[in-house]
Amino acid sequence: MPVLEGKELRIVGFLCNWCSYGGADTAGVARAGQPTDLRVIRVPCTGRVDPLFIVKALLEGADGVLVSGCHPRDCHYSVGNFYARRRLEVVREFLPVIGIDPRRFAYTWVSASEGQRWQEVVQKFTAEIHDLGPAPRLEDAKPLLRLADMALTSLHPLGTGEKAALAELKEAIKQKLPELDFVIGWQEGYDAAHTVPLFMKTPEDVDKLVWGPLNVNNPAVYLPQFKGKKVGIVVKGCDSRSIAELLQEKLINREDVTIFSIPCEGVLDMARVNTELGRYTKIDSVTMDEASVTITADGTEHRFCMTECAQGKCYGCTTPGAVIADQRFGTPVEVTPAAHTPPELAMLDAMSLEERMGFWKAQMERCLRCYACRNACPMCVCRDYCISDSREPHWMSQGESARDKLFFQTIHALHLAGRCTGCGECQRACPVGIPILALRQQIARAVGKLFGGYQSGINPEAIPPLLTYAVEEPHIHERDW
Amino acid sequence: MSKIRFVASDGLPGLAASLAKGGRRVLVPVEKPAASKPSVVFAPYEPGVKMTLAKATVPPKEAVLPECETLMTFQKSRDPADLNQTTLALTAVEEGVPTVVFACRPCDARGFAALDKPFLEGLYADPYYKARREKLTVASLTCATGCETCFCHWVGGGPTSPIGSDVLITEIEGGYVLQAMTPKGEELLEASGLPDGADKFPLAEAARKAAWASLVPAPDLTAARESLKAMFEDTAFWEAETARCLSCGACTYFCPTCYCFNITDEGEPQSPCGGRRLRSWDNCMSSLYTREASGHNPRPEKYQRMRNRVSHKFWTYPENWGPYLCSGCGRCITNCPVCLDIRAIVLDAVAAAKGKV
Repeated sequence: MPVLEGKELRIVGFLCNWCSYGGADTAGVARAGQPTDLRVIRVPCTGRVDPLFIVKALLEGADGVLVSGCHPRDCHYSVGNFYARRRLEVVREFLPVIGIDPRRFAYTWVSASEGQRWQEVVQKFTAEIHDLGPAPRLEDAKPLLRLADMALTSLHPLGTGEKAALAELKEAIKQKLPELDFVIGWQEGYDAAHTVPLFMKTPEDVDKLVWGPLNVNNPAVYLPQFKGKKVGIVVKGCDSRSIAELLQEKLINREDVTIFSIPCEGVLDMARVNTELGRYTKIDSVTMDEASVTITADGTEHRFCMTECAQGKCYGCTTPGAVIADQRFGTPVEVTPAAHTPPELAMLDAMSLEERMGFWKAQMERCLRCYACRNACPMCVCRDYCISDSREPHWMSQGESARDKLFFQTIHALHLAGRCTGCGECQRACPVGIPILALRQQIARAVGKLFGGYQSGINPEAIPPLLTYAVEEPHIHERDW
Repeated sequence: MSKIRFVASDGLPGLAASLAKGGRRVLVPVEKPAASKPSVVFAPYEPGVKMTLAKATVPPKEAVLPECETLMTFQKSRDPADLNQTTLALTAVEEGVPTVVFACRPCDARGFAALDKPFLEGLYADPYYKARREKLTVASLTCATGCETCFCHWVGGGPTSPIGSDVLITEIEGGYVLQAMTPKGEELLEASGLPDGADKFPLAEAARKAAWASLVPAPDLTAARESLKAMFEDTAFWEAETARCLSCGACTYFCPTCYCFNITDEGEPQSPCGGRRLRSWDNCMSSLYTREASGHNPRPEKYQRMRNRVSHKFWTYPENWGPYLCSGCGRCITNCPVCLDIRAIVLDAVAAAKGKV
């Protein structure tokens, strides 16, 4: 409305057809005056509100988003709003990590008869958004580049696994091999400083198997495509959590998979290793002692101590041994869980909202959308049918703005809510080193907070929290209007 | 003899600065600060930009083929006198800023030469590409040595190859020798105001020879074309070669010679902002690349996609245009999350096809 130009803000409302949309109508019929900032989108149920609707609206210039549906226990479809409540709580916890003020998003319940309540909700929310003022735009954010502090202490001793029971493991695989189609593990890659996934079909293949801190890949990523085949897999603790989560979601069959495990002593952060070595070098040799890896490149010796150069995820790892396995080798390592904030997340925690927005802007500007992050993710099981590839609806612009690239990352992160096991493959796979794992870690932290300390990929029998609901949520404290 | 100039060791940033005068875009390799991985990208030279001479993580392909470009904008408007009358206005966007790609490597320069063939020498020249390419000058820094993943000398290039370069820069003790390879390069050196370096050219030649001498001898790839042709139908071979492939697009988007694109119309022609037709990078590793409107996909499996990539580079493109569609920079190997090695695939194909070809 031109008369209100400059005075009106943009608030998007997603209203359930059966309750709040009727409530808004009731308010209108009763001539209950309301601010005009709200633009209503009618949805069949709050359960239809994909968290992406909210993030997309906020990233593309909405100053506020309001979701309103039927009161709990009143859902037209019985339970749609129960599922919605969980998702909406997660998205509210997620928004601050990308620099969006969580107060710009709210959800509530208004029935079709509550015209007066609707009026109050709209007036209150609109007033709050006006107090916050126009939302800062990612485009206008001041780019900020910062590196996480990687001086960390680990919950369990880190090392190179020199004394691991590799020979026993190989023997066991050879014995089991005739019953299996193949066994997935690791072998030396194009040089001695890299390993790559190995598909063992013959005893000679098994001889190529290696174990150690260079085994960075998560072999669980291959499992869903082989559903129905008899597959063996060698895992680190974090890889086994992916398997547990795949089992939780019934994406693989337990009886098809044979899991071999050795306790992991941590894997090298190749990003930091390459920072020292340089990206384009000739590797002369790689040697290991119990505590460190020595890489000689272009004639110069570099020593990487595992306590200093492990991947960020390794320091807070509570599952060096597999959470689920058929055959275990080596001595189990006991870890006492303790409070631990992953390094990149700790860095973001220390920033203001404005700085976080600037941080992601600066990071996402160098993304080329190769989607290595997505394809390396063992939980990204849509594979060829990812929503970001969809042309109809056209969720992602082909434009190359940092905003669209960040939006893709929020798609990935939100689709992993309650599912991501923190294996860090997304970040490791990123050729330009964008610390995207932090977005998933923020959600994992929110899931823990909202659902009683839940951790994904620990118990293969557990139902992932966003695939279920509780009528009374013990840990969710809804907003009091 | 071609024009030779000399610049002292600390003189390259100054040279980039002088080239940038007069509104020219000079793309220089810049180390991205505070990135968790070493990440070198080409960025326009500005005072204060800290340029590096390291080989870039992302090739300078963007200079002629941006990640995304607007081909045209369109807008529908109604005649206020007769609302049934609408007109559609199309505006072509053809940009071509004079650009210098500075201190890229011979493999990067070779990429431009590879792109020229399909974009300029086919039935139709691509006007958008042409506008940029004509205004592009490439000054490459020759490599002093190879590395674990690069293999330019396997595919017809080399650490000092002039293919695609207008100027070759070679490091010698105390500075750099710049040699013009094309009239464009001569023009650039002429305008640079640098002192003549002809007397130092033998030193550059010696450095280039030393670079070649440092390489591990290349295997013979002459059978690659025929071998890939012979192996095309061998599903088991391709499945085994690509078992660990994740089918992401890192290999193609970081490749200086990959040039596939997608065209998308975005926006509403009726809205005040109008619509735009975008051309953006596409990659043959994605399912959408070959998925047809009916939903049918002739390449549903990852091995088929990787087979297409390797075959295009070492068989069909050479069949159409002569050289390989690969400059041997090795970025597809270093950036691959599972280190899939295109060299190994080609060599395995050659070995497997022995007797068949």
